[in-house]
Amino acid sequence: MSTPRGPLLFADIDTPNLVSIDTYRRGGGYQVPGDVLGKKQPDEVIEIVKASGLRGRGGAGFPTGMKWGFVPKQSPKPKYLVCNADESEPGTFKDRELMEKNPHLLIEGMLLSAYAFGAHTGYIYLRGEFEYIQRILDRAIDEARAAGFLGDDVLKTGFGFQLYTHLGAGAYICGEETALLSSLEGYRGQPRLKPPFPAVEGLYSCPTVVNNTETLMNVPHILKHGAQWFRQWGTEKSPGTKILSVSGPVKRPGNYEVSMGLPLSKLLNEQCGGMRDGMKVKAVIPGGSSVPLLPASMLDTGLDFESMVAAGTLLGSGGVIVIDDQTCIVDALWNITRFYEHESCGKCTPCREGTYWMSEVFERLEAGHGREKDIDLLYDVSDNILGKSFCALGDAAAMPVMGAIKHFREEFEHHVTHKRCLVNRRRGAFEEATA
Amino acid sequence: MSMPLTMPVEAAPDLAWPAKRLAEVNEALSHYPNKRSAVLPVLWVAQREWGWVSPAALKLVARTVDLPEPEVFGIATFYTMFNLKPVGRHHLQVCMTLSCSIMGSDRLFKHLEAKLGIGHGETTADGRFTLRRVECLAACGGGPCMQVNFDYHENLDEAKVDALLEKLK
Repeated sequence: MSTPRGPLLFADIDTPNLVSIDTYRRGGGYQVPGDVLGKKQPDEVIEIVKASGLRGRGGAGFPTGMKWGFVPKQSPKPKYLVCNADESEPGTFKDRELMEKNPHLLIEGMLLSAYAFGAHTGYIYLRGEFEYIQRILDRAIDEARAAGFLGDDVLKTGFGFQLYTHLGAGAYICGEETALLSSLEGYRGQPRLKPPFPAVEGLYSCPTVVNNTETLMNVPHILKHGAQWFRQWGTEKSPGTKILSVSGPVKRPGNYEVSMGLPLSKLLNEQCGGMRDGMKVKAVIPGGSSVPLLPASMLDTGLDFESMVAAGTLLGSGGVIVIDDQTCIVDALWNITRFYEHESCGKCTPCREGTYWMSEVFERLEAGHGREKDIDLLYDVSDNILGKSFCALGDAAAMPVMGAIKHFREEFEHHVTHKRCLVNRRRGAFEEATA
Repeated sequence: MSMPLTMPVEAAPDLAWPAKRLAEVNEALSHYPNKRSAVLPVLWVAQREWGWVSPAALKLVARTVDLPEPEVFGIATFYTMFNLKPVGRHHLQVCMTLSCSIMGSDRLFKHLEAKLGIGHGETTADGRFTLRRVECLAACGGGPCMQVNFDYHENLDEAKVDALLEKLK
């Protein structure tokens, strides 16, 4: 056995050949379905997951058991379980490692979740770039089917569950659950109005639950050891662990599984080994590019949903992007804004036009043509997207810019008054720092 | 974006699925309660077979999933990964989003442009490389990164990229 990299999902992640069902079962995998299917009532399963306090790991942090509870018990229509494995939020790369190394845990988690609310078909929606992960998952699905964990009569309990992978084709918006469902149905991946929520009218207008990969992978552990056991990690309101994807010029970037509530500074200084030599941290985006950044003075904030909200940002998907003191904040935010401009699906005006105009203002500031009123204009445009766009993509574009202006206004002003960046604009930290 | 903005109007020749691909197409169709849902998987089969989605392939996909051609064109152009014109044997897709940008992807991209003599969306005359800027690839901890076709290459710098290009014939 290799050294455990984390308490729960990462405990055995580096076991050689964990992708094979034999290795997975030797480590205790697929024991739970035998104890649950036909032995526990589906409602009991939902109650255990509710009691565990598991919350969605994809960004919104919605209570998982509650989401399952919204699915109508009696439905003349089939029900669906969809795994959101689109993982497109800049800064996030946890689900990729989880699926690449431990595909059977996802399959087991989906089987148990489907049983809880009565779904007989599941889809794993992967971003288009994850073609190699599709191959890993398809092989694992074949193994699971051959071993009786998938199919029309799982473990001869009479419960049927079929599981398929579905490869997207390059569109950030498909990580938004209703856009994902549109894409899965064969339409352009554009979001739909909520309500009706997917739990009532989702895939093919049928009751559907969309859960993130990491969320689903927690389910077998919770059902195996119980809700209280799961609560030994994390805080009262954010129980369990979270996988943080750390990127930027720290000594050891990568995925880390931590007990929720751990101060961000501890993650960066202890687990990631601090900044590369000669570099200082200026700001950290704690939850993927969609959330406001935290300045260096606020890095003691806990990595849990509540503490991040109290600090004016969000835990989001756990994509921790570290920005060093030589990176221009205005340039960094222009980069993020261009991303949203590129990825806006075009359905609603505030997002489609707003991200374009924000990008224009950023370009002007960076080119040294910024006008005094441009900073307020940027804030105003953001404010007119926030809460006024069709889906959360607009908010995701607006919030980081508003946060950056709040914390680093003087750096924006410097662009207007001095016609240049406050710091030496130096993209490419690896130039000096790889030694 | 290198996608055409209007649908090609010239009559495309009729294509058919080779036997091996037909099996993949039928497998994809069997996963969904309707044909329409298979449009992305079937577009992928076409791109795997021909390297790009030509007007003729688009027509074939439309027939296969029982949708009007303009509808399939609208879907194919919505996503970024379908090549609506031919690409080189090695499709270099360099991530330009924040984490990779902080770690040097802008410089890396300029290096590739200079070395290959092509810009974003262009293909070398010998058909060996196509170069593209792309958005976040979910490899942020290994930035700067790029995908060559579907293969991930992480923690890149000029020397590593040069060595890699040598191997990609």
